[in-house]
Amino acid sequence: MNTLIAIIGLGVLCLLFEIMNFRKAIIPVTILGLMGILGLTLSELNSPATYHNNMIVVNKFSVAFSSLFIVLTIFLVALSHNFYEKHQTKISDYIAIKIFLLSGAVAMVSFGNLSMFFLGIEILSISLYVLAASDRMNIKSNEAGLKYFLMGSFASGILLFGICLIYGAMGTFDIIEISELSQSAELPSWFFIGIVLLTIGMLFKIAAVPFHFWAPDVYQGAPALTTATMSTLAKVVAMASLYKLLTAMNVEITYGFQVVIVVISIASMTVGNIMALKQTNVKRMLAFSGISHAGFMLMALLSATTAAGSLLYYATAYSLAGIAAFAVLLYVCKDKGNEEISHFNGLGKTNPILAAVLTASLLSMAGIPVFAGFFAKLMLFTQTIESGYLIVVIAAVINSIISVGYYFKLILAMYTKDAVEEKQATPFAVYAVAVLAIVINLIISLYPTLIMHLLS
Amino acid sequence: MNVLLLLILLLVGALATFFAGDKLASKVALFFSVAIFSYALMLLNQFNIGYDVSYISPWISNPKVFMILQADGLSMAMVILTLALTPIIIFSSFANNFNNSKTIYALILFMAFAMCGTFLAGDGILYYMFWELSLIPIYFIALIWGNGDAEERKKAVVKFFIYTIAGSLFMLAAFAYLYTKTHNFLLSDYAMSNLTVTEQFWIFLAFFLAYAIKIPLIPFHSWQANVYQKAPTVGTMLLSGIMLKMGLYSVLRWQLQIAPLTAKTYIYIFVGIGIAGTIYGSIVALRQKDLKRLLAYSSLAHVGLITAGAYTLTVDGLIGAVLQMIAHGFVIVGLFLSAEIINRRYQTNTIIDLGGIRAHAPKFTSLFMLLVLASVALPPTFNFIGEFTVLYSVSQINIWFAILGGTTIILGAYYMLKMFQTTMLGETNTKVFSDITLNEGISLSIIVAVLFFFGLYPNPIIELISPSLESILMSINRFS
Repeated sequence: MNTLIAIIGLGVLCLLFEIMNFRKAIIPVTILGLMGILGLTLSELNSPATYHNNMIVVNKFSVAFSSLFIVLTIFLVALSHNFYEKHQTKISDYIAIKIFLLSGAVAMVSFGNLSMFFLGIEILSISLYVLAASDRMNIKSNEAGLKYFLMGSFASGILLFGICLIYGAMGTFDIIEISELSQSAELPSWFFIGIVLLTIGMLFKIAAVPFHFWAPDVYQGAPALTTATMSTLAKVVAMASLYKLLTAMNVEITYGFQVVIVVISIASMTVGNIMALKQTNVKRMLAFSGISHAGFMLMALLSATTAAGSLLYYATAYSLAGIAAFAVLLYVCKDKGNEEISHFNGLGKTNPILAAVLTASLLSMAGIPVFAGFFAKLMLFTQTIESGYLIVVIAAVINSIISVGYYFKLILAMYTKDAVEEKQATPFAVYAVAVLAIVINLIISLYPTLIMHLLS
Repeated sequence: MNVLLLLILLLVGALATFFAGDKLASKVALFFSVAIFSYALMLLNQFNIGYDVSYISPWISNPKVFMILQADGLSMAMVILTLALTPIIIFSSFANNFNNSKTIYALILFMAFAMCGTFLAGDGILYYMFWELSLIPIYFIALIWGNGDAEERKKAVVKFFIYTIAGSLFMLAAFAYLYTKTHNFLLSDYAMSNLTVTEQFWIFLAFFLAYAIKIPLIPFHSWQANVYQKAPTVGTMLLSGIMLKMGLYSVLRWQLQIAPLTAKTYIYIFVGIGIAGTIYGSIVALRQKDLKRLLAYSSLAHVGLITAGAYTLTVDGLIGAVLQMIAHGFVIVGLFLSAEIINRRYQTNTIIDLGGIRAHAPKFTSLFMLLVLASVALPPTFNFIGEFTVLYSVSQINIWFAILGGTTIILGAYYMLKMFQTTMLGETNTKVFSDITLNEGISLSIIVAVLFFFGLYPNPIIELISPSLESILMSINRFS
């Protein structure tokens, strides 16, 4: 609760700074503020509490995921100064929207009531619609914003419909009561219809196959920093809240539901990876790779009662690697107008540090050891085999092999092609974010217990 | 005093080399590799007088992973092989003025680190991490410092990388499955596990894919010749001298101990695959026009025989396989170094463009001759002992396998000597070939000396590896 209030306070402060003409101080103050909030959040780790008639529930799950979201937001805000160089007058808006987005994200993992959950997801989505269309003179960005908005509102509608059906079946929005009632023997059939609709709405946000069609276009069209937000922060937020919803409603034990998850998980991995092989635009490629990672994360739902830790670990590993990759992409593709792979040619010579960071983040996403992506996959694999779905693991292994193919396309471009341009000056923020994200990724890979302990 | 320090020193060496700058890099790398090799010899001495040099500590609580560096005779032998070859490889490449040499020498040391880790790891995940880690430096070494057309090289190297990753990921899935059985990744637990026949079959196959690609066995060898040819000679030496031993070592250490029943049931098939590889490799080697490719296929033939020996599941087979692994490691590094020496002077490795070098370079010719003889397993070289023991063990399984395998010695002698004749003998070459420099001479002489010394006196190695191989065999026979 304190986290949520503090985040919203910080967002308002951002807007006030604009009025008071402290524009230059916005980014440093926001980063410091977010660090403070991170400390505040972590201090609540061992003191679970509920607020306002169970509207907000603070427990280990919510604290752990909120902290991850705050860390990601710090990185995204740190990249903003450089990214919005030409729009300095609007910087307070951009930053404030990101902060409000974070408040939605936090609400989505710490809700105790479905209405709170819906408020959270709407705050998150509306912020993203605005951010996607924020480059308003660019036709692509406008297209992305509109597409995302149309598709997103449909998904929200379906989600809301699902929530209504659940309310109709249970007579309450409170997830603890729903959880208790769902264990009774006779449940009205519309309870399950409600859950299916709810899941569809969330799968849309995660961009899992077959609800993924918006992702590549929106990712490509939206400003790169927004794409970074969508593919890292928004994706793991949606995944975490879907996990929380489904475990709260005890659906993961139904066989029929598990079959659906198996199919969607395998389809997401395969379609995402195969489509990614063909892309020459790096943002599109990362979008498709994000779809396949969504498929991997869905595996966590197959052993839902025990998988919170590995889901958190996977989400952390994936999003940190994603942030590092996008930081490099922002630097390389700045002022280029598009994000073709050819822009990365010769980066290994012109800027070895950033090339190494990008290589490391791609290796992490491909699940090659020493990077956290490897342990993330390993944990999911063992858990999934334990719950008896060897077939998903085999599909995942085959998909990991395919993914090496396109990740290495980028690595090859960096190290074997000759550079087209001279080295540009690299802003400190890009270095700091890229290196820090990879270093954290490495640290949690050498000490996975750091993350796993949060939830045990 | 334990093997952890060895690995840390290798990492420190790699970092120091990287920060030493391009001018000093080669010397710093050599200094560290020699120092680490001497430290390894000290450890070996400690081990021989009965000290436990292993390192064990818990690492991750969930999933349960231990940091276990298990040093037994077999691991120590492989570590010593790695650390003995590393300084030779570094020293012999002094004459190549690499661009960005700090990076390549650091990568070589880093690769030695990963390979030593693979040979020492006693926990499945630790082992898997080192196994995959060793791939990254060789990928960059072959990609960036390789020779020939950049596009073709890229294709060959990427194929190699994806191929090996693909194999290893199935191994990872097998480890994940094993974890659900024993709830840890410890080799010591796996070696006592009681998996059903079907489970063993699938796990064996998952491991087999990883190792068959790495070793390589036919029909998974198609990456090999291209990569050996395109990679810089340091890379080829690392790959053929040490890295393919990782696959062979893992067969003994992991695959056979975890799933012995499958190996027993299909013993004819797996020994047969090995023998088929030797015959195939020898025949293809006959037709090669490029010296490095010829050596690649001869290497394919040799490792086929080693694999056959390992899959016989007899004491002789295992001992012979390990001896031959060590012997082959030295001889192939020597042969690739010779190819590099020729390449440094004539800028070509095409066999028919060579010839008549003997008159220019008698010292080089004699050393090269000795290496060729060792490669065809002539007594009293070390290779003879290895190859003979392996063939003997194969004959215990089926005499026809041994006869077929034995023909490869004849074929091997034929193509190696023919190659020697065409490249070295004949009319004196019109182009000048300066005899070997001091640096090259030292490198080659060390290798030749090692091969002949252990050919005459192999006992220390046999005594070192026998106890651990016998305990592996005990674990293999636990079902009968």
